[in-house]
Amino acid sequence: MNNNDIVLRVEDIHKSFGGNEVLRGVSFDVRRGETKVFIGPSGTGKSTLLRCINQLTPPDRGRVWLDGEEVTNSGARINYFRQKIGMVFQNFFLFDHLTALRNVELALLKVRGMGKAEAREKALTELRQVGMEDWADHYPAELSGGQAQRVSIARALAMDPDVILFDEPTSALDPELTREVLEVMKKLAREGMTMLVVTHEMGFACSVANEVLFMENGVVAEQGSPDLLLHDPRFTRMKDFIGRIDSRMED
Amino acid sequence: MDVLPILIEWFPYLLSGVASTLGLVLIGLGLGLLLGLPMALGQVYSSRPVRWVIGVYVWFFRGLPILVLLFLFWFGIFPGLGLGNLSAFVVGAVVLGLRGAAYQSQIFRGAIQSVGEGQMIAARSLGMSRLTAIRSVILPQAMRIALPGWSNEYPNILTDSAVCYAIGVVELLTITSRMVTQTHITMPVYLATAGIFIILNYGGLKVLHRLERRIAIPGFGTGAM
Amino acid sequence: MDQAVFVFDILLPALMQGLVVTLQLIACSAPFGLALGIAVAVGRQYGNPVVSWLCKTFVFLIKGTPLLLLLFILYFGLPAVGITFTAFVASVVGFILCNGAYNAEYIRGALISIKEGQMVAAQALGMTRWQAIRSVILPQALRRAIPGLSNEFIYLIKYSSLAYMITVIELSGAGKLVATKYFTYTESFAAVGIVYLVLVTITTVAVNILESRVAVPGTTRAATAAQL
Repeated sequence: MNNNDIVLRVEDIHKSFGGNEVLRGVSFDVRRGETKVFIGPSGTGKSTLLRCINQLTPPDRGRVWLDGEEVTNSGARINYFRQKIGMVFQNFFLFDHLTALRNVELALLKVRGMGKAEAREKALTELRQVGMEDWADHYPAELSGGQAQRVSIARALAMDPDVILFDEPTSALDPELTREVLEVMKKLAREGMTMLVVTHEMGFACSVANEVLFMENGVVAEQGSPDLLLHDPRFTRMKDFIGRIDSRMED
Repeated sequence: MDVLPILIEWFPYLLSGVASTLGLVLIGLGLGLLLGLPMALGQVYSSRPVRWVIGVYVWFFRGLPILVLLFLFWFGIFPGLGLGNLSAFVVGAVVLGLRGAAYQSQIFRGAIQSVGEGQMIAARSLGMSRLTAIRSVILPQAMRIALPGWSNEYPNILTDSAVCYAIGVVELLTITSRMVTQTHITMPVYLATAGIFIILNYGGLKVLHRLERRIAIPGFGTGAM
Repeated sequence: MDQAVFVFDILLPALMQGLVVTLQLIACSAPFGLALGIAVAVGRQYGNPVVSWLCKTFVFLIKGTPLLLLLFILYFGLPAVGITFTAFVASVVGFILCNGAYNAEYIRGALISIKEGQMVAAQALGMTRWQAIRSVILPQALRRAIPGLSNEFIYLIKYSSLAYMITVIELSGAGKLVATKYFTYTESFAAVGIVYLVLVTITTVAVNILESRVAVPGTTRAATAAQL
C-alpha cells in the first residue's frame, strides 16, 4: 500500500442518489506527476467521483487514500486532507465579496494560519503563475469567465496541494475563453502537478493526459494512454463516443 | 391662540421625548440583531429540534400585536418573574428587541439561504471548517444581501415605539399627549409631532441607504456564483 | 375564584365580545383599504403629474407617521376643527388610510413589474388606456401583489388592537379590562394572545391556499433551500 510513487489511491467507490446508482465500483491509482483525464457521456458520475475523493459527497462504499493515509472515514481530519486536495469547479465558485487577491489569500490566512505578509506574497506568486497578477484587486463580477477560472486555479494552487481535481473547468466558458484556461492547465501538467481532470475537451485529453479513463454506466469502461484508446482496435467505446459528439480537435 | 411660544416652551420636553424614542429604537434594533442573527444561523445550520424551537419563537412574536406583547410583558410576565421593578422604558425596549429578533431572523435567514451553494462548497474544498466558512465566506455576503430588508425594520420599530405609550413609557407620543392635554392645543401639536416622526423616519432611512452604498461591492448581489 | 369558572364564565365571554368588534373593524377596513391601495397605486403610476404627486405624497405621509398618532389625530384632533368621528369610525378611517398606503406600495411594485408590452398590445387592439389597466394590467398585478397584500392584511389584524387606545373595546381591550378588574394579567393576556395567534395562523394558511389557487401556470417561483 505504501508505494511512494502513488499519491492517490481510489478503491471501489459506489454512490447512489435516490434509487439511481451513479458510481458502481470505480478504482484506480494516481502516480505523482500524472495527469489523468476522465471522459464520457454526461451523467455518468464523473463529477460525483471527484467529489467523492475529497468527501464533498461522501461515497456509499469504497475508500480513498492520499499518500498512504485514509481520507474516507477520517472524521474531522477531512479538513486537513482537503488542504492537500485542490479542486477547481465548473462554475468557479469564487468568493464574490472578495477581490481576486483576497480570494487566493483567504484559505492561507484562515486554514493554514499564515501571517498576512506571507499570505499576500504567496497569493501574488500564484496569481502570477496563472497570469492574473494585474487583476489582483478586481472583484469576481469584474472578471471574464476565463479570468475567474484562472483565479480559482490560483486559489487551489496556493494551498500547495498534492493533487488537483478539475471538475469540467471549461464547460461554462465560451470557446475563446476556454483556451486561456487550458493553457494554464497544460503548463501545470508540464511542471509536474498531479491532476485529475473531468472534461469534454478531447484535444486537451489527447495531448496532455498520461492516461484517459472512459466512463460509462458508472464504471470505467476503457482505460489507457490516449494513443492506445484512439488507435488500438480493441478499444472501441471511446472512439464511438468521440465520433458521436463530433468534437473539434483543439490542438 | 399663539402657538409658537408654547411650542418653544415645550421644546425641551419634546426633545427628551425624541431621545427616548430613539433610545427605544436603537436598543430594539440592537437587541434584535444580537438575538436575530444567531437564530437565523440556527435555522439554517442547526438540528431539527433547534429549528423547531426558533420557529415557535418567531411564530409567537410575529403573530401577536405589539400592544398585546407590551401588556403581556409589562403586566404579566415581568412581574411574574419578580422583575416588577423594571422601568417601562426597559420593558418596552426589551419587548421591541425580542419582537425585532423574530422579524430580523427571517431577513437574515433569507439572505443566508440566498448565498449561492457554491460558496460553501468552494470554502469546504479548501479545507475550511464549516464554522470558518460561515464566518469568512457566507456571513459577509449574507449581511450585505440582508441590508436593504433590514433597513425596513427601522420604520417598523419606530412606529412600534409609539405604541409603548400604552405602558407609560415617556417617549415622543406620550409627551405629545401630555402637551395636548395641558395646553389645549390639539391639531398643531399632533401635526408637529407627525412632522417629527416623518423626519426621524426618512432621515434614518437616508442614513441606512448611505451605509448600503458605502459597503457595496462592484457587481455583487447580481446573482454571480 | 376557581380558575375554570373565571375562564369560562368571565374571560371567554368578554374576549368573544371583543373578538366580534375586532372582526367588525377588520371587515370594515380591509375592502376599502384594498380599494384605496389600488386607486393610489394606479394614480401614482398612470395619472397625470398632479395626481401622481398627490398619491406619492399621501403614501409618504402615512408611512412616515405611526398609526397610533394617526388614530389620535383622527379621534382627538379632528373635533377641534369641526370633524367628529365616533371611536369606531375613527379607527376604521385610520386603518383604511394605513392599509391603503402600504397596499399601494405593493401594488405599485407589481404594476412596475408588468412588462411594457402588455399595455402596448392592449392598446393595439383598440383598448383605451384605462380599459387596458382594468382588464389586462391590474388582474396580473394584483396576482403578483398577493404576497404583499396578504402580509398587510395580517398586519391589519394585529394593529386593529390599537383601536383600544382610542377607547374601542375590541379583543385586546376586552382582555385588559378583565385583567385589571380581576388581577389576572398573565392569564388574560395569554388568552388574548392565543386568539390572535389563531387568527393570524388561519389567515396565513388561507392565503397560501389562495396563492396556489390563483397562480398563473408557469409563473410560480421554485423555492430552493441551500443546505450543506
